[in-house]
Amino acid sequence: MNATALPQHVSAGNGGRSARRRSAGRSTVKLIVTEAKLFVREPLGAFFGVIFPAALVLILGAAMPGFDEPSADIGGRRPIEFYLPITLALAIGTVALVNLLNALAADREKGVLRRLSTTPVSPIRLLVAQIVVNVAALLLGSGLALLAAVLAFGVEARPDVPGMLVAFVLGSASMAALALLVAAFTPTSRAATGIGSLVYYPMLFAAGVWTPGPLMPDAVRRVADFTPLGAASQALQDAWSGDWPQPLHLAVLVGSTVLFGGLAAKLFRWSS
Amino acid sequence: MTVIEVSNLQKRYGDQVAVRDVSFEVRPGEIFGIVGPNGSGKTTTVECLTGLRQADGGTIRVLGLDPTRDRAELRHQVGIQLQESHLPDRLKVWEALDLYSSFYAEPADWRALMDELGLTAKRNTVFAKLSGGQKQRLSVALALVGNPRIAVLDELTTGLDPQARRDTWQLVRDVRDRGVTVVLVTHFMDEAERLCDRLAVVRAGEVVAIATPAELVARTELPGVERPTLEDAVLALTSPTATGRTATSPN
Repeated sequence: MNATALPQHVSAGNGGRSARRRSAGRSTVKLIVTEAKLFVREPLGAFFGVIFPAALVLILGAAMPGFDEPSADIGGRRPIEFYLPITLALAIGTVALVNLLNALAADREKGVLRRLSTTPVSPIRLLVAQIVVNVAALLLGSGLALLAAVLAFGVEARPDVPGMLVAFVLGSASMAALALLVAAFTPTSRAATGIGSLVYYPMLFAAGVWTPGPLMPDAVRRVADFTPLGAASQALQDAWSGDWPQPLHLAVLVGSTVLFGGLAAKLFRWSS
Repeated sequence: MTVIEVSNLQKRYGDQVAVRDVSFEVRPGEIFGIVGPNGSGKTTTVECLTGLRQADGGTIRVLGLDPTRDRAELRHQVGIQLQESHLPDRLKVWEALDLYSSFYAEPADWRALMDELGLTAKRNTVFAKLSGGQKQRLSVALALVGNPRIAVLDELTTGLDPQARRDTWQLVRDVRDRGVTVVLVTHFMDEAERLCDRLAVVRAGEVVAIATPAELVARTELPGVERPTLEDAVLALTSPTATGRTATSPN
């Protein structure tokens, strides 16, 4: 056995602060790269997070009768134009409640976070790396959906860009906080996936994935206004048609982020 | 001289007492075993001394550091292998070693470590596809990749086949031969007997004996048993009917 690499004595404090800072920078980059690789190696998750929103726009636009035709029901506009901001809400919900949640729950259940807490690196850095990777996936997926709508169907819009950004960021924050909360109180990754689905589908409904734009009954919309993804979807739709999002929706997004995030921070444990 | 000093350690979970009163010292360069039945407080003890849990009472010094207060510094000098702790299923062997080595200011060369632990042929294999023995070897490699002065190994060989256990034992000896002090938690007496220089025998959250395996055997007198084994000795000390601290000798 060639034994040169087995640990040699290193005297205490020999590391030095600057060496440790360098290793902190290096390890953050490596954590993000590693999480990105793991994201891509979950092909189904990567598909739903990144490709699905654009695929949905293309499939609906091409296959649904009248989806690409001006409709008298909605004031002569095309359904596809209503549907695009909803697709963005769908992308937010999917990345948070499927990709991020599954990754967090699996890491916790398998003791990955606990394993990490035996090293100089705090498990918080792993959570940050996961959030960075999932935000990147979300931006990519949303960008592809926008691109598909513009290139394939010539969708034109004069969105309120700052309003879009605010709605997008707040919507993502509230759904990420919700994912953290679900991961915090579910003991196993199977339970997390199950509860994640229980939350995911009603959220998509509230976002108007099945009843886009004016097709959503008023009563349903009143309820949807108070769900995070419903509020995000409404705010995105308003901003998409050129208006600043309604204060109610922004308030719901901020409030749910604070509530879910606070509870998650209180309840989250590194191991189940 | 000691590298670890634990005195009168206590730890409760709610009203359940996990560690009642544990004291021991670990000397530099030895393989120190902690043995005892399941639920006797072995794992809780090592979790406290590595700063993963905060003790309710008693004092602990590891390389002169307080595991709670000096947690960050301790992480750089103690490598820990935990039972029931895994890596992401789709993480490859080399990626795990590369990633974990980046956590330390002065890591070991992970490629050489991978070679020594016989993992080079599996370098591109993902964690989920490794055998039990390979997973353990990777886990040991990750505990060593930071160039620690102390390695804490918990239930190292549980679930391994006999050959993999023998290989792992040799690995632990190799680690020690490089000057790393090893704390080994186990409930296998053959493992304790072959590997450990000294043993702390723990029962119901208390240390009932600290001695070399040979001393423990020599001290044991069992009616009707002519040549007791270490297992007999430890069972006699830890069975519910045992009378407590009769066999304790201060180092």
